[in-house]
Amino acid sequence: MAQMATADRLTGLRARPGLLERIDVPRRVMFVAAASMIAIVALLMGFIAWQGIQLFVKDGVSVGQILSTTWQPDPENGATNYGLLPFITATVLVTAVALLISTPLSVGLALFLSEVAPQWARAIVQPALEIFVGIPSVVWGWLGITTLVPFLAHTFHDPISLSLPIVGQVFSMPGFFFGYSWLAGSLVLSIMVLPTITSVSYDAFRAVPQELRTGSLALGTTRWQMIRHLLLPAALSGVLTAVVLGMTRAAGEALAVQMVIGNAPIMPEAITQPLTTLTSQITLDMGNTTFGSPWQDALWTMSLVLLIISVTSVVLVRVINKRRLGA
Amino acid sequence: MTASNPAVGRPAGPKPSLRRRGSRGSILADHAATVALWGTGVLVLVILGAIILHFALAAWGVVSPSFILGDPSRTTLGGVLPILWNSIYILVLTMLIAVPLGILAGIYMSEYAGDNIATTAIRFAEESISSVPSIVVGLFGLILFVDDFHWGFSALGGSLALTFFNLPLMTRLAEQALRAVPQEERSASLALGATKWQTIRHVVLPLAIPGLITGVILTAGRVFGEAAVLLFTSGVGTPQHYNFLNFDLTSVASPWSPFRPATTLSVYIWNLNSEGLGAFKTQIIDGSAAILIAIVLIFNLGARFIGRVLTRRLTAA
Amino acid sequence: MNTGDEMPTTVAYPEPVLRPIEVTTSQAGADEFAARTQDVKISTDRVSILYGEKVAVRDVSLTIQERSIMALIGPSGSGKSTFLRCFNRMNDLIPGASVKGEVCLDGENVMETDVSVVELRRRVGMVFQRPNPFPMSIFENVAYGPRRRGQNDRRKLDELVETSLKRAALWDEVKDDLRRKSGLALSGGQQQRLCIARAIAIKPEIILMDEPASALDPIATARIEDLILDLKKEFTIVIVTHNMQQAARISDQTAFFYIGELVEFGATRKIFTNPSQKRTEDYVSGRFG
Repeated sequence: MAQMATADRLTGLRARPGLLERIDVPRRVMFVAAASMIAIVALLMGFIAWQGIQLFVKDGVSVGQILSTTWQPDPENGATNYGLLPFITATVLVTAVALLISTPLSVGLALFLSEVAPQWARAIVQPALEIFVGIPSVVWGWLGITTLVPFLAHTFHDPISLSLPIVGQVFSMPGFFFGYSWLAGSLVLSIMVLPTITSVSYDAFRAVPQELRTGSLALGTTRWQMIRHLLLPAALSGVLTAVVLGMTRAAGEALAVQMVIGNAPIMPEAITQPLTTLTSQITLDMGNTTFGSPWQDALWTMSLVLLIISVTSVVLVRVINKRRLGA
Repeated sequence: MTASNPAVGRPAGPKPSLRRRGSRGSILADHAATVALWGTGVLVLVILGAIILHFALAAWGVVSPSFILGDPSRTTLGGVLPILWNSIYILVLTMLIAVPLGILAGIYMSEYAGDNIATTAIRFAEESISSVPSIVVGLFGLILFVDDFHWGFSALGGSLALTFFNLPLMTRLAEQALRAVPQEERSASLALGATKWQTIRHVVLPLAIPGLITGVILTAGRVFGEAAVLLFTSGVGTPQHYNFLNFDLTSVASPWSPFRPATTLSVYIWNLNSEGLGAFKTQIIDGSAAILIAIVLIFNLGARFIGRVLTRRLTAA
Repeated sequence: MNTGDEMPTTVAYPEPVLRPIEVTTSQAGADEFAARTQDVKISTDRVSILYGEKVAVRDVSLTIQERSIMALIGPSGSGKSTFLRCFNRMNDLIPGASVKGEVCLDGENVMETDVSVVELRRRVGMVFQRPNPFPMSIFENVAYGPRRRGQNDRRKLDELVETSLKRAALWDEVKDDLRRKSGLALSGGQQQRLCIARAIAIKPEIILMDEPASALDPIATARIEDLILDLKKEFTIVIVTHNMQQAARISDQTAFFYIGELVEFGATRKIFTNPSQKRTEDYVSGRFG
């Protein structure tokens, strides 16, 4: 009898689950929801890539011409030339200056929050940063137009030059004139990427074990020595990730930059001059061109360049983090 | 010998005194760094305070009942209600699609995702969409909905493009909320013989609700302010008079129809700035921007408040 | 708040035994100790440590001789680790912690506000319960302290790193890839000896050890104990330990803590064989704790 009971129980445990349980509908539904992101990315990349190569395939524009410096897309003004180099260079430089301004500030802020700030100060600054994240880009652009741009135009209207005795003129550049400029774009971007770089580096600093901090302090180092020589090197890959993510955001930001940069499709020479980035040119022209025209195809090629930049950054972040895990 | 007090010690003769600062330079650098790091924190607060003050002052005398409810067809100050309506309409439509999808995907990533190729691919896709510029997502919507589907500029197309753009965020926030539920809760339920889905449905999800709501509100805040995605999907225009009694969903004139062009507040600001003329351009943008900022503040504080209240209620119960 | 006392040991070291502990300090050793009852290195006077309102340590007064080993023993939560941290003022780092009373190092009260904690910690080194090597090469780990004191001379650093690692009995095991191998790549026992080398490299006078062997296996523990005995020739050592056999094996003096109070302190031999307090006797014979 006892044996029978055991045998029964065993078969019970081994019974095949019912059909519904085997199909596990909830799991499948949720998988489809998650996997929809793969479909979105694949479709997006496919469509943008397809549109982006039309300029070469359909309109017969050479890659060499894309890399030239003249942007003359309008056939009514004579021979067209689809040089994208001014936009690419401007995107790189505007982003670079934005990061130069924002990185020290954001990393400093992350250090403040993770190492220095008492509880009450953190409880004020962190929500403030979240509000920064929430402010829409058109509002940043409008703030730039109403405060930053007039400030630059008033204060540095005339050409700026620095002369030293004996050495003579060290450097000179044109003034800001109307204020719409590379610097205005970079400054607006630097504030917009500040929360991104801050929060990612903050996480990187928090991930450094507390014992390392006490270990350093117990050796008689000051807090700053500990931060400078232990914490920053230990969190370096995280900080780099933060900067790459900030870079991606800055390079892809469209409206705020378009509003303050002045929209001049020329090669960058001075930080005081108006420029146009990839995003701002697309924003400006996409609505005014006809579908299938070489002019619009050139805009699609620009968005393909943007897409390549962002995918590269995703890969870059992965490489940086893999190295950290490997070390 | 019990604790006694022989407070005898060697006088600090040749030994270096503890009061001697080891290296004055490093102590000075430490003080300087502390001041500088505090400076960054103060700077952020000052900037935020200045921004809020700036818009409060700019909106003073502009934002009034007539600014919102006035007749948009007259070229005076006012009548942003249709634009505000569009913003809310697109927000609700987007959230109706993005929230269920994001939560389902979040449950999958938190509870089911194994260490396999599918998971890696999903993570990669998640990171990729997050890093694609919003303008490019908008262009994707332009090809797909406006051209290929022949919808033209439509609220639905805009909402779908916004869903694409914000799905990774919603998924990640949902995943975090679910992961925050302690493992013991799951084990306890499974040990009682509940299936995995029953455990998720009746144990994990209820406990994750505060986090999920916070996630929804944060996503909503981002959807509400986004403009670049909508520029080429839901269209750019000026306020037009809406007849809210027109419930004909197929009519382009009905404010309830998802297939009509819909200019949102952010897009309106951008458009006014680029092309708008007229004496009141600055005031209208200031007022609209102030409304946007106010709504962003409400979303942020709301997420914080509701999250806290729900957590307290849950932990008390 | 975690005072460090509550940390569970990850390695099953032989439990405190119920039989009377064999005290290895020989009579000759004790005499030698008595003979060189040199200067008092540290003395504390009515030290109390509070976390907010909670008293973690109450009115502790004791003295520690130069170049000797003082063991602080007692059950979990007895405040011994907390007490240890007041010698180099690590309690300053814990929000809400406050210390009353006097801790004198060579007669100078380290608790006074104008004392530089940086200078204090350079004279009072510390080794923690869990080995905490920095994520950098072995060489850089040891050179970390001296570099921060402005020592950048390559030759001197090479020399210092070598002597410190030799002193910590780690040199032979690591000398071949000093600059390539990360401190994190060492075994637990090696990591702990690296941390000792790192502490020695700043040439402290006192080394505090907070259960330095509790996370290690018995063999690694034995090596650390040998090392500590050897270090006594140069340094004053204060060690917190859970393990009474360890205290008996290596220390000259032992202080027994119980619920934040110092029950008694004295020569290790006396504490383990003939304590004057009933509670001490109960504890060392394994009746509680």
